[in-house]
Amino acid sequence: MIVKLIDFLRDRLQLVIRLSYVGLALLVAWDVLFVSKEHAHTAVEHIPGFWAVFGFVACVVIIIVSKWYGHLGIMTREDYYDN
Amino acid sequence: MITDFWLHPSLILIVGALILPFLPKWLKRPYLVIVPTLAFLDVLSMQGQYGTFGVVHFLDWFLTFGRVDALTMVFAYIMTLMCIIGTIYGLHVEDDFQHVAAWLYVAGSLGVIFCGDYLVLFLFWELMAFASVFLVWFRRRPESLGVGYRYLLVHTAGGLALLAGLVLRYQATGGDLSFGPIGVGNPSISTYLIMIGFLLNAAVPPFHAWLPDAYGEATVTGAVFMCAFTTKTAIYALARAFAGMEILVPLGVCMALYGVVYAVLENDARRLLAYHIISQVGYMVAGVGIGTELAINGACAHAFAHILYKGLLFMGCGSVLHMTGKSKFTDLGGLYKKMPKTFVFTLIGGLSISAFPLFSGFVSKSMIVAAGFEEHIYWAAFLLTLASAGTFLHTGLKVPYFIWFGKNNCSQETWDKAADPPWNMQLAMGVAAFLCIFIGCYTPYLYNMLPYQEEARHYAQLVYGRYHVSESLQILLFTAVGFFLLIKKLAPEPKISIDLDWFYRMGGRGFFWLARKPIQWADNCVSEGYRYVGLIPLMTTANFWSWFDWHAIDGVVDGLAKTVRGVGGLVRRTQSGQLQYNIFYAVSFVAVALVLYVFA
Repeated sequence: MIVKLIDFLRDRLQLVIRLSYVGLALLVAWDVLFVSKEHAHTAVEHIPGFWAVFGFVACVVIIIVSKWYGHLGIMTREDYYDN
Repeated sequence: MITDFWLHPSLILIVGALILPFLPKWLKRPYLVIVPTLAFLDVLSMQGQYGTFGVVHFLDWFLTFGRVDALTMVFAYIMTLMCIIGTIYGLHVEDDFQHVAAWLYVAGSLGVIFCGDYLVLFLFWELMAFASVFLVWFRRRPESLGVGYRYLLVHTAGGLALLAGLVLRYQATGGDLSFGPIGVGNPSISTYLIMIGFLLNAAVPPFHAWLPDAYGEATVTGAVFMCAFTTKTAIYALARAFAGMEILVPLGVCMALYGVVYAVLENDARRLLAYHIISQVGYMVAGVGIGTELAINGACAHAFAHILYKGLLFMGCGSVLHMTGKSKFTDLGGLYKKMPKTFVFTLIGGLSISAFPLFSGFVSKSMIVAAGFEEHIYWAAFLLTLASAGTFLHTGLKVPYFIWFGKNNCSQETWDKAADPPWNMQLAMGVAAFLCIFIGCYTPYLYNMLPYQEEARHYAQLVYGRYHVSESLQILLFTAVGFFLLIKKLAPEPKISIDLDWFYRMGGRGFFWLARKPIQWADNCVSEGYRYVGLIPLMTTANFWSWFDWHAIDGVVDGLAKTVRGVGGLVRRTQSGQLQYNIFYAVSFVAVALVLYVFA
């Protein structure tokens, strides 16, 4: 059953991707229009879609900084510690 | 240890472990479920019965084995529960000593959770290290031995720091060994030494490299136990003694980010999960550092949730390793058709650790971040939120994607072997997955156990507020967008990443080099010098005396020697060369001599 469901979704990959984008847009719209900001901790959180941008930027920064760091020489061959 | 009908749950596990190897085979499986269940029921029976039990008078001290309060209970509850789940996961393992090691290890953890003074703490602290190392050694690969020794070495160093700290504290306080708030406002050298001992077990950088090293190499079931107990016991100890210690906030935040960075680089699924333990424990360490009631509640709640979802993740990736023999992303991929159930379980673990709404991490992790915001430590709160994007990126997306989807790197052999694991492993994953969702959906289950009830009730009203749900969903889903856009950059590379264990791994090698090269060279120099200065004159003199001996003395002695040889030959005939005869002759001779002495 699980395999069938996954295959069903994979066969319609483009549709799934488009629906995901619609879902993301709806989420941000819901946040801007209907979510009260009274529980916000700081002023920046009042910017519409702040956490969406934060999430995306966080992801990109983590990937780029980590890979940059890894390729400084931290990542090395697998038998590095073997004699 | 038993006072007023109070039974220490560690005792159940220790006695249970000692009996296990002697049981007939048919009884073993039920027994393996019954013993941890008894320990769990024992903990349940203590609920609401707070107090001090199991006080033993030993030399000059009163040792407290059973201090029961709210903080104890939440940790004891989840640890005994995880012991049941972990043992069920390992039911198929026929090597009794793996179960014995695992139970003794859990007994060590519970001993620390229940202890009331530093001596008992130290005793169980060491039991944990010495029992858990066998879970690495039992993997029985050539490299397991070295990994185990490194693990033991690091933990022994941590144990020594702890011991030094408590001896100094004993002296400074005039004999006070009670384990409670240590006085973070006025720290002394003993405070820092004890803290280092705890921080090492919590895997706080720079004392963290043992964790991915050992957990990546442990047995499939051993890793499930290890990921739950050592670090969370350390969090308990920190929460008990170091609540409000400010330096723990930056340390915790560094940990949370450090784990994330290394997880990006990691190619081995279980080592990736291990780096995420460091990241998640970072939240708890930061929570202890913030030290408010909300933050301590958060640290406990997150430890509780973490034990379950991290156990579930290690069970999922462990199942892949168990079935296929592979744990590297560059050897796996596209397995959803072969291991669909394992995929779903692992995904539930991934969504829980990522703090998706309706999953356990959502109701626990956010408490620590909220405490940071409330205390106006904004940098910490924002960086912890950043790290949570990283958590979803790796454990929620990278692990499932590169094992069950992505490019199929499986060899034909791996592909043929891949299948969902035996029923007991699936059952254990099912129970853990259910609890991850249950905790996320029904908050009173976890919140009613937390040490500060009023604060927990207050937070329960906020956690599923619109703002929090919207904030979390935006962060997580837009992280997913970033993941799929940059997926090429994240493709696994068959590399290892150098971490701080480099210093002692290469340091050990440096020591060998030192021994082999400069020290041996010096030794050679001395030998050569000795040969010229000492040996050559000595040999000349010796040659002269040899000539003198041969020609002068031997003539006299030879006659004597011939006689001695004759007697020797006679004695030799009575000797068969076997030890028992020699002993027999010797004893007989002594007996005859005694008889002569007494009667003569």
